[in-house]
Amino acid sequence: MPTPKFWGLNARPSTWLRYTLAALPFLLAVLAYAVASDLRHADNPDDKLLPGLGQMIDAVKQVALVPDKRTGQVVLWHDTLASLTRLGEGVGLALVLALLSGLNIGLFPGLSALFSGFLVVVSMIPPLAILPILFISLGVDEAAKVALIFIGTYPVLTRDITLAVRAIPTEQIVKSATLGASATALVYRIVLPQILPRALESLRLVLGGAWLFLISAEAIAATEGLGYRIFLVRRYLAMDTIIPYVAWITLLGFLFDYLLRFCNRRLFRWYGDKA
Amino acid sequence: MSDPKKIHIEDVYKVYDGRAVLDNVDLCVSAGEFCALVGPSGCGKSTLLRLILGQEQPSRGSVLIEGQAAGFPDPRRGIVFQRYSLYPHLTVLDNVLLGRRLAQPWSWLPWSKPRPDDRDEAMDLLERVRLGDAAAKFPHELSGGMQQRVAIAQALIMKPPVLLMDEPFGALDPDTREDLQVFLLELWERERLTMFFVTHDLEEACFLGTRLLVLSQYYTDARGADAPRGGKIVADYRLSPTGTATAVKRRDEFKNFIHELRETGFDPAIRRHVKDFDLEHPDSFQTLTAEEYRRDGEKSAGNP
Ligand SMILES: Nc1ncnc2c1ncn2[C@@H]1O[C@H](COP(=O)(O)OP(=O)(O)OP(=O)(O)O)[C@@H](O)[C@H]1O
Ligand SMILES: [Mg+2]
Repeated sequence: MPTPKFWGLNARPSTWLRYTLAALPFLLAVLAYAVASDLRHADNPDDKLLPGLGQMIDAVKQVALVPDKRTGQVVLWHDTLASLTRLGEGVGLALVLALLSGLNIGLFPGLSALFSGFLVVVSMIPPLAILPILFISLGVDEAAKVALIFIGTYPVLTRDITLAVRAIPTEQIVKSATLGASATALVYRIVLPQILPRALESLRLVLGGAWLFLISAEAIAATEGLGYRIFLVRRYLAMDTIIPYVAWITLLGFLFDYLLRFCNRRLFRWYGDKA
Repeated sequence: MSDPKKIHIEDVYKVYDGRAVLDNVDLCVSAGEFCALVGPSGCGKSTLLRLILGQEQPSRGSVLIEGQAAGFPDPRRGIVFQRYSLYPHLTVLDNVLLGRRLAQPWSWLPWSKPRPDDRDEAMDLLERVRLGDAAAKFPHELSGGMQQRVAIAQALIMKPPVLLMDEPFGALDPDTREDLQVFLLELWERERLTMFFVTHDLEEACFLGTRLLVLSQYYTDARGADAPRGGKIVADYRLSPTGTATAVKRRDEFKNFIHELRETGFDPAIRRHVKDFDLEHPDSFQTLTAEEYRRDGEKSAGNP
């Protein structure tokens, strides 16, 4: 019996079909947009809601190539740098501290008893709800935005790392003691390298949330940044700028995800092969 | 004590959730002995091993390793578990080297290299467990039998005074198992190890051990017929060395002995009184409490 190419549980799409299938939804989305945009423009040549491709390219040229008259900076790169700095600071801090606390809470029953319950409750606080508190206490500068990203990602990362640490078999921990490992050596030399790939995986998952917090904070109070720009030009209904910005953010998110996965496969061969 | 025994356990009880799993256990092991511990499932074999290891503490009684309190796990005891003994993120060589590298300051730096002597020693051990070629592989790339050999090498590099094993070959197929039994015997002879080997396989225990211990909850004493009883050492034999030829397993005396063993401790219907245990090994000793010792109908009480 021939193996079906597409239909059913037993389908085995060939390589080229796989790529075509993967591209198809993207093409359809772009096509649908182009048709809708054309229809609206046929109705009203000044339509701002669904700008055509040409309009968007013009707008992108304006923000990505031409320096701003007032500040002399190229807007898109300036915004990207500002946003990525905030994202990097917030997420980086969260990852480092989550590793430190997750390892220790996961391994030391005393610390676990002290902090586990607190962490569960803290992770239930909706980060956006405390954004006003952050703005009031830290001011509307960088600190508040970085803090929001940190608060939005740290508890989840810590909980996930704690779970990964607890999943390490007791046998391994006991064995390390018979091999002369001190508690510190156990934490940082035996357990840390083992959960690092898992930590990078959790990081991939929380990055989506981190973008959400970044853009929310920028939308409310900022003078530059990708989120700031989108909400700024919204006042002029400048869809021709908003849509490319969204596409750019999506691309950045995709690139980071890909990069982390690549790192995981390259640095931790034992992990990838095992999974 | 001038020459402390490798393991000395006296009056040890271990209670879980109000139920005694180990019930006044006494045990003494001399250097160089290959102790094999058998018993029905759930009698407390692993519990006894964990007490010697220091992974758990006795509810009552004392556990001494070379005359010192057992305390928590440390390099005085090596351990090979049935599974999960290896570190998945380290190569086979690094797994074996781990004990040495942990003792070296700064060796956690990613670019630090192992000391050449340590490396040679680890490679030598790997050759001896016949895994020299696999040094650069990761544990998940090895078969179960190879993984257990690495785990043994990993424990041996510490030269532990006592090597504990909890059903180390339990998850292996019969051929690999027999292969590793022979290998372990050779290793034990050459390294003059003191072994404490837990298994539920009587044949394996009789083939490997120079001393056979049976732990069981099926016995009687003066505490009344329905009293809850935890595991006790109900038999303690000295075995003549079988050598490393597995053909001995097919001999009639060997089979008869195993058959006989099944009747001591493994059958709930056949119970011996605490005073009639087969404790023939010279190191064996028994401290009975007054309640245990009094035979039914007798009035006298006391320790022998
Ligand atoms: N941490 C624990 N908490 C509660 N009960 C336990 C614990 N560990 C062991 N037990 C109980 O103690 C008894 C003996 O367990 P143990 O694992 O020592 O038996 P075993 O002789 O090794 O059995 P097996 O041959 O199946 O490995 C069992 O009834 C088990 O349920
Ligand atoms: Mg067991």
